[in-house]
Amino acid sequence: MITDRSLGRRVFIAGNFTFLFLISFLCLMPIMHILAISFSSGAAAAAGKVSLWPVDFTTAAYDNVFGKPEYLRAFWVSIQRVLLGTALSMALMIVTAYPLSKDPRQFRLRTFYAWVFVFTILFSGGLIPTYLTVKNLGMIDTLWALVLPTAIPVFNVILLLNFYRNLPKELEESSRIDGAGHFKTLWKIYVPLSLPALATTGLFTVVGHWNSWFDGMLYMNHTENYPLQTFLQTVIIKMDFRFIKAEQAELMVKLSDRTSRAAQIFVAAFPILIVYPFLQRFFIKGIVMGSVKE
Amino acid sequence: MDKTAFGRRFVRDFLTNKYLYAMMIPVIAYYLIFQYTPMYGVLIAFKNYVPAKGILGSPWVGLDHFQAFFDSYYFLRVLSNTIIISVYSLLFEFPAPIILALMINEVRSRRYKKFVQTVTYMPYFISMIVIAGLIRDFTDSGGVINTLYSYFGGDGTSMLQHAGLFRPIYILSEIWQKIGWESIIYLAALMGIDQDQYEAARIDGAGRLKQIWYVTLPGILPTIVILFILRVGNLLNVGFEKIILLYNPITYETADVISSFVYRKGLLEFNWSYSTSVGVFNSVINLTLLVLANWLSRKVTKNSLW
Repeated sequence: MITDRSLGRRVFIAGNFTFLFLISFLCLMPIMHILAISFSSGAAAAAGKVSLWPVDFTTAAYDNVFGKPEYLRAFWVSIQRVLLGTALSMALMIVTAYPLSKDPRQFRLRTFYAWVFVFTILFSGGLIPTYLTVKNLGMIDTLWALVLPTAIPVFNVILLLNFYRNLPKELEESSRIDGAGHFKTLWKIYVPLSLPALATTGLFTVVGHWNSWFDGMLYMNHTENYPLQTFLQTVIIKMDFRFIKAEQAELMVKLSDRTSRAAQIFVAAFPILIVYPFLQRFFIKGIVMGSVKE
Repeated sequence: MDKTAFGRRFVRDFLTNKYLYAMMIPVIAYYLIFQYTPMYGVLIAFKNYVPAKGILGSPWVGLDHFQAFFDSYYFLRVLSNTIIISVYSLLFEFPAPIILALMINEVRSRRYKKFVQTVTYMPYFISMIVIAGLIRDFTDSGGVINTLYSYFGGDGTSMLQHAGLFRPIYILSEIWQKIGWESIIYLAALMGIDQDQYEAARIDGAGRLKQIWYVTLPGILPTIVILFILRVGNLLNVGFEKIILLYNPITYETADVISSFVYRKGLLEFNWSYSTSVGVFNSVINLTLLVLANWLSRKVTKNSLW
């Protein structure tokens, strides 16, 4: 390898380094800022003194958040939907990807089912017909409305499907010769071999369920059934624009609201920040593996 | 005739692959109930849907809802807002991850590369609600971005109250959230480029820039083209989730897009049939655009989705 040591090259390397550093910083800054606000006093936040470090450190905002029964209830609904939804999605994803990964010579109508599957990406019923379907099934205000309509995430199935396709055919053949049926082959060979791909898709599903908010608003009539993100939406949307030319006193009230809101935002993002390092380790590999077609 | 042939094939396939079919029962049930039933529900776009009468019992009105939408004042507004936001993101958000990937590719230190990647992918996993919360806090009076903006002529009031600022806020936050994530696919394509090509280019006397121009860019061009087709196919597909979290009646004139209009008409005003017809209009245009873009790309560049 020839190394280029010219001045232009060095300037470029330094510039590139700095620019990428700035971009990285910009990606982190908003979260750090909101964290700093959440640990600052209302007055400091109001005066705009907080940047990346808390001013007048206090945990008052968090005491306030965790003292709210509705926040904790919403947190619990979210945990339930993540657990139930991920378990259900994983099971369904595996049994969708496995048959579709078969050779059309063996599974004659594979192409037909693949089209049934792909067509839903190109065209869907849309907002209202989907809502009416769920409503007619009597799922409004139940956890099922949050987990069933999105139970088979297409993107994840495609990842898994491509992974299964790339497994050597001999594996399946030998297990069939040993007398194992499809269920056994899937469970004893495909599932253990695809653990990295399953971990990737599983983490995606967890994140998707945790982050999803609109379905909560759509399918839940009673606010006590709201998952965390949906609940948070009511808090954030309520930000009142009438205070634009507010008196000082009103401004203070509003802006100590600000620290509380910052704390709620941070708590909602926190679980993702915790899983993210694990997710990160898997997903690049998973995606690169999954996107390679034979 | 055709039907019985398919029927016979189905029976034969079913018998040879009994267990595969047994496995697929829940999957087929899911698709019938949650994907294809709503597609059948699209019929209400051509009817005056009355819940008590059901989908079949409601009276047909033909294309009346479509007509009403095309004639309404909102038609041009939501259509042009959708197109403008899409085109802006095509111009500004689409190239951003390509540039980022090229820059990351130039980094020699593996650790620094890893650091930049880890940090820039992260925003993609943050929920829309949190993002909207951040945007609202930062652009509100007293927020960081608002304070910054006031040095450049902002009046210090909440920036989300200005119709003219909605699109920049939307696009910039979109770039912030997606730049890292979308660069992954380009980085994967960059890794796939044969290193010998660079060697050959160097021997031919190509400098860094020429290498990027003649080796790197052609190497990732197929990826760029495919993603571009997908983008064009989704030109009218601006999601409503972020929009409805950030807009308000003052900014409707620049912010209201087709999907947010469908949401408002259907779920807030209960015009179910009307809202569905707007949604159908949107889907049909999208599908047409996707097919067209794919066809054009196959003609011009030989790269296509199918």
